[in-house]
Amino acid sequence: MSIKGKAYLVGAYEHPTRKAPDKSLAQLHAEVALGALEDAGLSKDDVDGYFCAGDAPGMGPLSMVDYLNLRVRHVDSTDTGGSSYLIHVAHAAEAIALGKCRIALVTLAGRPRSEGMATGTAPRAGNPGIPEIQFEYPYAPTVANMYAMCAMRHMYQFGTTSAQLAWIKVAASHHAQHNPHALLREVVTVEEVLASPMIADPLHRLDCCVITDGGGAVIVAHPDVAKSLKRPRVKILGVGEAVKGQFGGAVDLTFSGAAWSGPRAFAEAGVKPGDIQYASIYDSFTITVLMQIEDLGFCEKGEGGRFVADGNLISGVGKLPFNTDGGGLCNNHPANRGGMTKIIEAVRQLRGEAHPAVQVKNCALALAHGTGGSLGLRHGSATLIMERE
Amino acid sequence: MAMSTRRKIPAPEANPETSHYWQAAAAGKLAIRECGHCGKLHHYPRALCPFCFKPATGWREVSGRGKIYSYSVMRRAETPYAIAYVTLDEGVTLLTNLIDCDFDRLRIGQEVKLVFQESDAGQKVPMFTPL
Repeated sequence: MSIKGKAYLVGAYEHPTRKAPDKSLAQLHAEVALGALEDAGLSKDDVDGYFCAGDAPGMGPLSMVDYLNLRVRHVDSTDTGGSSYLIHVAHAAEAIALGKCRIALVTLAGRPRSEGMATGTAPRAGNPGIPEIQFEYPYAPTVANMYAMCAMRHMYQFGTTSAQLAWIKVAASHHAQHNPHALLREVVTVEEVLASPMIADPLHRLDCCVITDGGGAVIVAHPDVAKSLKRPRVKILGVGEAVKGQFGGAVDLTFSGAAWSGPRAFAEAGVKPGDIQYASIYDSFTITVLMQIEDLGFCEKGEGGRFVADGNLISGVGKLPFNTDGGGLCNNHPANRGGMTKIIEAVRQLRGEAHPAVQVKNCALALAHGTGGSLGLRHGSATLIMERE
Repeated sequence: MAMSTRRKIPAPEANPETSHYWQAAAAGKLAIRECGHCGKLHHYPRALCPFCFKPATGWREVSGRGKIYSYSVMRRAETPYAIAYVTLDEGVTLLTNLIDCDFDRLRIGQEVKLVFQESDAGQKVPMFTPL
């Protein structure tokens, strides 16, 4: 059994805020839910499935279902960090295909900026019951230095350079200049990325994503529901998920879980990487994008540095337009979890509703990919392929 | 030259499954889990072998020699430090810190040896330093 064509993305909404000191976390979840419902042309009482991850307050979906006063017959709170929301769309499509729900709401929200969280540079203690904690926390792994180790190894093994990584940020900034909500709208150069302060060798400050408050929501629905609505139709063709860790001490930092989730999604969709017209690629750091582009099959392993250079990711310029909203590197990384905004920009592209300066012409086939957790420790990976009908 | 200075190390919290590892460390040894069934080493230590899934009954005291698989110097910290994956000569890769070293002379493939640094609570924590 396949989910191909069994569900549609009928609503998508990105909260315009990037700093929300005057709002509660639950309120942000509610506001993005309302935005997605209005976008779809649905009401709250139409929702019969709810999906959220660890950013939602309370135990799994319980507090939010109660706060929103939903009456649902299907819930899922799978948490694989920033990739959770792509997995939620996949699981929603599965549930819809099986008749477990018809209209599924997925929400994400967070306030790390208002809360002053040192997202990337502070080690997080974690519960001592987590099996790896005592073997990792004493060494102070952070988000930044663990992704940095992936970059360091990639440079050693494949000759990737800091200037090549910088091109990823440059491309994102070219897109962000057109997004009035983007946190960073200034176009930057390779030289400016390389001149920004070193955070964790070899990653500079401008290799790192932004820290923002806000959130987003999407609605996944049965084909009959999609056909009854007035919005352009975005059909889900294929999904893939994976978890990659340290293999019991046989650590390999040269690839990500995208090497597994990607082929699964392409196989289900029945398309090839070369068919994809627009790609949302998780961009917690520049190295995240580079490794996923290789692992998803847009170029050969080790060729990512050459592939991303010279504007190849800039819409209207290069072969693979990516993150046309400015991505996590420039636009938004709400709750330190970028998967939701990856889906939303892919929906905009397929509807023809991206900013005209970055809209891919006749965009009919798009991919969204997320990584959650830490590329250098253990992470969840999810790939979603969608088609404009 | 950018010589490292020692930072404070938070104490690891052992549990019944891992107490042998930390007792060995307290005695200045690095003990790696060895499966009595398939013979493979693994890290971090588990009671059941993560490869053949039989009880991993053994521990092997390893040489403490290895090579840097990857590393990164964390510059945005009160005391900058080097995090690393070190692949032991016995084949297992561990997350660790590189200490008592010149940050600017670290490189992947470099040979390193085991050293210990005491945590806040006095527990010795295995680390590595270039040969």
